[in-house]
Amino acid sequence: MIMSRVQRQKLKWGLVFISPWLAGFIILTLYPMGASLYYSFTDYDVLRPPVWVGVQNYTVFLTQDNLAFTAISNTLFYAVFSVPLGIVVAVALALLLNARVKGLAVFRSIFFIPSIVPVVASAVLWVWLFSTRNGLINLGLQAVGLPKVAWLSDPAWTKPALIIMSLWSVGGSVVIYLAGLQDIPQPLYEAAMIDGANTWQQITRITLPLLTPQIFFQLVLGLIGAFQVFVQAFILGAIGGGALGMGSEAGPANSLLFYSLYLYLNAFRFFRMGYASAMAWLLFLITLALTLVVLRSSRQWVHYGGA
Amino acid sequence: MNQVTATGLRLRLLVSGRRYSAAHYVSRGVLYGTLTFLSVIFLIPLFWMVTSALKPQPQLFVWPPVWIPTPPQWQNFGEALTLFPFGMYIANTLYISIPAVAGTVLSSSFTAYGFSRIDWPGRDKVFTIVLSTLMLPFAVTMIPLYLVWRNIGLIGIETPLRGFGPLILPMFLGGGAFNIFLCRQFFMTIPQELSEAARMDGCSELRIYWQIILPLARPVLATISLFTFLGTWNDFLGPLIYLNSIEQFTVSIGLRQFQFEHGGRYDYMMAASTLTTLPIIALFFFAQRTFIQGITLTGIKA
Repeated sequence: MIMSRVQRQKLKWGLVFISPWLAGFIILTLYPMGASLYYSFTDYDVLRPPVWVGVQNYTVFLTQDNLAFTAISNTLFYAVFSVPLGIVVAVALALLLNARVKGLAVFRSIFFIPSIVPVVASAVLWVWLFSTRNGLINLGLQAVGLPKVAWLSDPAWTKPALIIMSLWSVGGSVVIYLAGLQDIPQPLYEAAMIDGANTWQQITRITLPLLTPQIFFQLVLGLIGAFQVFVQAFILGAIGGGALGMGSEAGPANSLLFYSLYLYLNAFRFFRMGYASAMAWLLFLITLALTLVVLRSSRQWVHYGGA
Repeated sequence: MNQVTATGLRLRLLVSGRRYSAAHYVSRGVLYGTLTFLSVIFLIPLFWMVTSALKPQPQLFVWPPVWIPTPPQWQNFGEALTLFPFGMYIANTLYISIPAVAGTVLSSSFTAYGFSRIDWPGRDKVFTIVLSTLMLPFAVTMIPLYLVWRNIGLIGIETPLRGFGPLILPMFLGGGAFNIFLCRQFFMTIPQELSEAARMDGCSELRIYWQIILPLARPVLATISLFTFLGTWNDFLGPLIYLNSIEQFTVSIGLRQFQFEHGGRYDYMMAASTLTTLPIIALFFFAQRTFIQGITLTGIKA
């Protein structure tokens, strides 16, 4: 291809400027992707060189590993409840804040601050709040005459506890939805009022449809995040004591054994690097598939308001 | 005709607005009541963290719960600090976060310049590769990356950079796809004529980047700095994998270590959690606008 002198200059400078990223892409992304794909077809414990085993890691994980089934169903349970609930709570809070409230900045800060509490500090705090004997939540339940719940030691309650905790940090999304709400043109509401629409009709016919781009974006990010939830399980799970063995963080009866946690334990505690790599690639495929499904469905329900 | 109808409607709306003013006050009251109630719910956990940190031990476990500890046990913080080497953890965290912020700001803006201010063949195709890396979970690259850093000899406190290399050096290699994207978005709003004029005057691309574009990009660079700092303060998985001695631990992973050792002492645990959280909340009040704008700009929660 023949390029003019100017074009060659531009290409040269373009490459100079993207060179930090390019180096990072090759060293920190491309090579590791290739390596982990290779490891995923091997038996590899770091001490000895990898041994090729074909698709065995994948077939074992998908068909023979009971913990794999536990990890996937725990993760799905968490994602299916925490993501939609998080959206509902955040949108509701944003709607309340958008009702021309005085002291908006104060309320917004109050809802926002929990979301920036460092995740480990927040997990440690919730361990105390969920404490069966003296935790504030059980004291509250007791005060209204309800029985105490063994949040972190009863396998049935550990995931609900984690979901409640996740709702406490929806503040970031509230800020995003609020910004979206403030972008909705005011004349739309005036026209609706003239047509006799009540507040509820305005919310369901104008506000929510016009908020769908933000909801869609948060749904995608939320699902990806839910599949990678790790720290909360790592901290809360250590309390109930896991069944996986010494120093395990998987919670009572492995009820907090999430996908990413199981992957981490396989890689860095059991040194099954090949197996963990196969899990990582499956996670990548699941995430991709899920995003594509949501993206495909978005044509039916996301409204992009255009000028 | 239309004019008349519209005026009539507006008049009727005004009248009806006045007629429902009692209902209006009720609905406002309900609104503020709900907001206040929810605010209390959101604040109680943090309040409980601080009061628990200040309680004499017996008051942690009594019914009815003690809201204001009497007398407040400020020495709980002192005692927790003898068990929780917070100063060392902070120093380690800053050792990582300061170069990480510098590296991210410099390399993401430098890269973004190449993706927005210079028009070279294939540029936008390469940029879609940048964006596609956003989809890649850390788990996919985690294991080979760990092995690479270990083989280079950058893991362990006795190695160069005290073993913090794996958490710092990647920031100088592009600074993350998302930050490149943010910078690029911002750079594209700067008129191209500015660069053209500088080029006419014989300004090199490097000087245009450094002296014209970077100073203009201060708002987006502030956002990126803030979120990178928060990221290193909060990061758990990275330090968990790469740091292997307590002398290297960051605040986040140090707190987890503390829970591991003294999980039963809720007063100390809450004191340590308060210390870990306080700098972030202080930062929020100091840089509130950057926070809120950053979140709206990025569409991403901290």
